[in-house]
Amino acid sequence: MQTVYILWLRQLKRFSRKRASMIGALGQPIIFLVAFGFGLSPIFAKAGAGNYIQFIAPGIIAMTALFTSIFTGVEIIWDKQFGFLKETFVAPISRWQIMLGKTLGGATVAIIQGILVFLITLFVGFRPESLAMLPVALLFLILIALLCSAVGTTIAAPLDDMQSFPLIINFVIQPLFYLSGAIFPLAGLPWFLDIITRLNPLSYGIDGLRGALTGVSHFSYLTNFSVLVGVTLLVLAIGTRIFSKIEI
Amino acid sequence: MTVNIIEVKNLTRKFGELVAVNDISFTVPAGEVFAFLGPNGADKTTTIKMLTTLLKPTAGEIFLNQHNVEENPNETRRSFGIVFQDPSLDNELTAYENMQMHAVLYGLSKSLYTARITELLELVGLSDRRDNFVKTFSGGMKRRLEIARGLLHHPKVLFLDEPTIGLDPQTRNHIWNYIKDLNEKENVTVFFTTHHMEEVERYARIIAIIDHGKIIAQGTVQSICAQAGVERLEDAFIKLTGHEVRAEKSNFSKSTLRAFR
Repeated sequence: MQTVYILWLRQLKRFSRKRASMIGALGQPIIFLVAFGFGLSPIFAKAGAGNYIQFIAPGIIAMTALFTSIFTGVEIIWDKQFGFLKETFVAPISRWQIMLGKTLGGATVAIIQGILVFLITLFVGFRPESLAMLPVALLFLILIALLCSAVGTTIAAPLDDMQSFPLIINFVIQPLFYLSGAIFPLAGLPWFLDIITRLNPLSYGIDGLRGALTGVSHFSYLTNFSVLVGVTLLVLAIGTRIFSKIEI
Repeated sequence: MTVNIIEVKNLTRKFGELVAVNDISFTVPAGEVFAFLGPNGADKTTTIKMLTTLLKPTAGEIFLNQHNVEENPNETRRSFGIVFQDPSLDNELTAYENMQMHAVLYGLSKSLYTARITELLELVGLSDRRDNFVKTFSGGMKRRLEIARGLLHHPKVLFLDEPTIGLDPQTRNHIWNYIKDLNEKENVTVFFTTHHMEEVERYARIIAIIDHGKIIAQGTVQSICAQAGVERLEDAFIKLTGHEVRAEKSNFSKSTLRAFR
């Protein structure tokens, strides 16, 4: 446990020392809130679907968690290039401990950023439905962060350099985000998009978060919770397997 | 009777069709300073990676401090410290934090490691920089910190893969005096690679020369010079491994592996 703790602590220290990237990571959510939130709000209202800021805010909180966790997970490529990963690989610890420490560290950073963005959404007019449901919202934020962090670490584990980074952004992060119901409602979609969103684990995270924050959800809490936990455990297992095969 | 702290038996490593390390055997008696020499691309680092559990052998056996390296990786890992050829510190952490990270990864208790870290930083002359970020350190300081870190858990064997590469004579001298001291006082076995033959003559008692994945000579400096019929180790080295300049193969194993996939 000490081992996982020190690896987690390392991630937090690195994060807290990089103020610029902390603030930089808030830029994108703010742009989304302004552009989508205010820009699409009149059309959304005309369509009779209610307040779009109210709808999109949970999606943007989840987006922040998604980007931050995957970026932190991908830091493992730097660890490889700067040699630090070798130091952890010759230490008398199991590879799953390294995987877990990294995942928890990345997730914690993402949760902090997610909470910051939640506070920003309050400024632009977002209002949570009920204060009593905030702990449930936090639970879903934690689950989203854990899932994305595990995905980021797993994807980055076999990579040797940052050249694949655009691939990760365009073929992992973007589809996970845009095809998740973050920016549009899941009800009444064309059949192929319906299938895709159902296959995207992040859909369940965003739906759970939105349900807890706004009282409106597409799936049940139980479905959302089980899918997130199940997929996260699966990804962790795959990641550990990849980790144990890395030779550097 | 001296015990062999490292025993390598018929060790082979292939990358696809390419045989990088070809059936090598050697032993290192406990308490020795052992130099592992070879031209660029002779797979010294590949061998060290196998000795230190980073790479699995294709065939053969390695015993380090009586532990079978493949079967008991964690026992093996506790028995050695290593300074890699390339830096392996976290630049965003301080010197102390890098040391602390290592201590916790090796399961040392806080009361034990705080004293030990202070003592080791003192020894490598970095006490006054303990709370500075590693990214502000010079190459020589990073090396010294890595050596201190490698010693934190009282290893029986210290691996040094080209520890003095890119360092000025002053720093080289300082580091070697320290390593020698350590070898004599704490009886730590030192396993190192280098291209400075005069460093070998000065500090190593026994050596092995590897080329094209095969051990082509082993023994004391004197016996190898005698075998080659020359006075200096540098001449013996060139005589044994040839005059041809080798291609430096960076990240050799990985790119080769990819080529064969």
